[in-house]
Amino acid sequence: MSQSSERARGATVALEHVTKQYDTRARGTPGAVNDLSLEVPSGKICVLVGPSGCGKTTSLKMVNRLIEATSGRILLDGVDTATRDVTELRRGIGYVIQQVGLFPHQTIGENVAVVPQLLGWPASRRGERAEELLELVGLDPARYRDRYPSQLSGGERQRVGVARALAADPPVMLMDEPFGAVDPIVRDRLQNEFLRLQEELAKTILFVTHDIDEAIKMGDLVAVMKVGGYLAQFGPPSEILAAPADDFVARFVGADRGLKRLSLSRVGSLALRSTPTAQPGDDAAAARRTITNDLPYLLLIDADRRPVGWIDREDVPTSGVLTEDMSTPMSPLFNRRATLKDALSLLLDSDVQTGIVVDRRGAMLGIVTADMIAEEMRSGEHVVATDPFPAEEAPLGGPGFAPGLADEAAVEAVVEAGP
Amino acid sequence: MNGRPLLDWTWIVEHLDDMAFRTAQHLWLAGIAVAAGFVISFALALAIRRIPNLYGPITGIAGVLYTIPGLGLFAALVPITGLTTLTAVIPLTLYTLLIFVRNMVAGFEAVPRDVLEAADGMGFTPGRRLRAIELPLAIPLIVTALRLASVSTIGLVMIVSLIGDNFGGLGLFIKEGIQTFFPTKIYVGAVLSLVLAFLADAVFVGIERALTPWARARAQSVRGAA
Amino acid sequence: MDAFAAGFAWLADPAHWTGPDGIPTRLLEHVSISASSVLIACLIAIPIGLWIGHTGRWAFVAINLANVGRAVPSYAVMAIILPISLSFSPEYGLALIPTFSAMVLLAIPPILVNAYAALREVDRDLIESARGMGMRELQVLRRVELPIGLPILVGGIRTAAVQVVATATLGAVFGYGGLGRYLIDGIARRQFDRLTAGVMLVAGLALMTELGIALLQRRLTSAGLRAGQTTGRPYRGMAETPAAPVQPV
Repeated sequence: MSQSSERARGATVALEHVTKQYDTRARGTPGAVNDLSLEVPSGKICVLVGPSGCGKTTSLKMVNRLIEATSGRILLDGVDTATRDVTELRRGIGYVIQQVGLFPHQTIGENVAVVPQLLGWPASRRGERAEELLELVGLDPARYRDRYPSQLSGGERQRVGVARALAADPPVMLMDEPFGAVDPIVRDRLQNEFLRLQEELAKTILFVTHDIDEAIKMGDLVAVMKVGGYLAQFGPPSEILAAPADDFVARFVGADRGLKRLSLSRVGSLALRSTPTAQPGDDAAAARRTITNDLPYLLLIDADRRPVGWIDREDVPTSGVLTEDMSTPMSPLFNRRATLKDALSLLLDSDVQTGIVVDRRGAMLGIVTADMIAEEMRSGEHVVATDPFPAEEAPLGGPGFAPGLADEAAVEAVVEAGP
Repeated sequence: MNGRPLLDWTWIVEHLDDMAFRTAQHLWLAGIAVAAGFVISFALALAIRRIPNLYGPITGIAGVLYTIPGLGLFAALVPITGLTTLTAVIPLTLYTLLIFVRNMVAGFEAVPRDVLEAADGMGFTPGRRLRAIELPLAIPLIVTALRLASVSTIGLVMIVSLIGDNFGGLGLFIKEGIQTFFPTKIYVGAVLSLVLAFLADAVFVGIERALTPWARARAQSVRGAA
Repeated sequence: MDAFAAGFAWLADPAHWTGPDGIPTRLLEHVSISASSVLIACLIAIPIGLWIGHTGRWAFVAINLANVGRAVPSYAVMAIILPISLSFSPEYGLALIPTFSAMVLLAIPPILVNAYAALREVDRDLIESARGMGMRELQVLRRVELPIGLPILVGGIRTAAVQVVATATLGAVFGYGGLGRYLIDGIARRQFDRLTAGVMLVAGLALMTELGIALLQRRLTSAGLRAGQTTGRPYRGMAETPAAPVQPV
């Protein structure tokens, strides 16, 4: 992305026993923070999440010293922020807030280039950089550079806010409910795009939200805080969901945390089952003998192993060959990148128990049943440590598939590159 | 009035240089007062920005000053400062204070909180923030203040003529016109002062528009939006 | 500071409280012309302001005219009207008509602008829900917009009243009575105690008008709205008028 300069590596952020007390009489005022300690490794997103008054925004603001901690230390790459000049510190940290705060009297281009200007970059370099960043966040520089903030929509302004925060290539970014002020559809898109951006940039990010779903989606690490500024739990999203530290976290995460966990796992991580298959033209009687009692159906596939349809055992003739029109397509198709949550959802939509997993060319890999997914949900200790699949892609959906060749289904756990 | 026509054009043509002189005098007086008032009020507004509690007392005093009739204040200064320009300028300046301070403070208050927070977070020093962010955004109200103060001062300068004869700009025409029952003079004074006031008004409206291109942009897009 | 003392002394003198040049008479003259001109201005400006505020039409024109009206020096207006009114009515045309007209013209802009602003301040959603409940336009005006906008409207009347009280002193230049008489006479005869007393009286009356109407404003603000207002803060709140008044004389 940045050809001109070497990319700044994400810094490590560490909070050590950070406390903020507003009232010296320590009534446990909301917004205060109590002995917060956590570490964010380089290039990771740490989400601070919790109800209002839990101190998440206060904690965030202590990192760039908009609020000064009462006690404790905050270290960026091992250096105590309190020892650094506050202005210089802030110019090295990207800051995005909910209402964005674009300067109304400056053009978008000027807005994006604010920190470079503070740092004294020459005008030409600032202009180049602004254009680069606008493209990065999906805004055509030619169209947007000379406009004013009041002429942009909420979603567009948010993107500019992110671009502005990235302008000086800071190693750390602080984001306070950055996607909160837009509607859910735009928010979803912005979140996805931001995650994609983060793959490239690998900045260390502290992200505040009150929305647990956003926390799970965006965070590599999640810090759940409770009112009064206490850290209730800190860990990867899967851990928070699988093993909530206490009642508060369990309640905050929601009674549907099992379902939420499903959105963290993908179809490809399951051990796919195999099922008897046959091709049109095969001997019906022989094929019929392969059907087991587990699933009283035969799967018809074509020469390329693409699924054609299911034949009920009762409908398999005792003699002759199998033909296409004996089969009925009933199952939805998934690729391995589909989340278990989406897979389950599609199964429920199609009112069937079984879905077929296919690869990029549509060839069958195995089947997935609702039972398997439910088992995954129930296995509370079965924590998916890492997610081997890079980006979230929509699964292939809906019944209907092409004919294929009969063979034993082989399960592959190999990562497949996206289309 | 007493048989004489309302407008004696020959007189007007003959006395164009008088009119020019008195207009210049009028503008000169108003200009000094507005400039002085602006500078003092700006300092006060900055002080209030830093110490918000000052707002009450300062506007209170300015407000009370405001209620003192100009005529009275001018006349009261005569024994102290004599019939000099200072006698006129001091009250004129004091009267602008309320208008300026109120509008300037409002101008600073009008800067959105999120803009200030973003600026702080990005690493603006307080001084730079004031210069680069708050002042430009406060301009509309500051220029409004200039506009109101100028117009009001132009009106007040007319009253100065009632105190003495050696200055008073266009108000003097009116006074003399009344004393000599010469309606033309009255109209010359009145109309010229009106023109002056409107011009000042228009000039500042123009200045405000010129200094705020972003407001124009928004108006354009609003009009053009589907 | 002996100017103050002289002024007080002048006020204390009982002789100054009787007769056609006495304080009560002058006060009455002053108050009557101020009150009546503000009243007439209200009768003119409020309906117009409410109408454009409610419908939103012609607002641009009306507000700009009002702002232009602010730029007009009252003294000039009086001077322009004087020769004309004098030829029509020698008795009243010299002082009363010019003063009265100029005061009305002075009072209209703040009242008009504030009447408009009063209605504009009302949350559009409130109006919509009122309409949705089946209220007719006039009812919406009466039961939703006015109660909320009343404080702003009264604020405009307050500004106008104070300006008029202070500027009505000009009437004395042309021969009208009122408290301005003390100023003019004081200057002409070099009687600084009279002058100071006059100044104090006018300032006092103006301040009383300001405070009196401010109190009225507070009482008219329903308790629910009052909770959100801060005193003494400009422009963010609803109590102040959008711009400062023209200086009284």
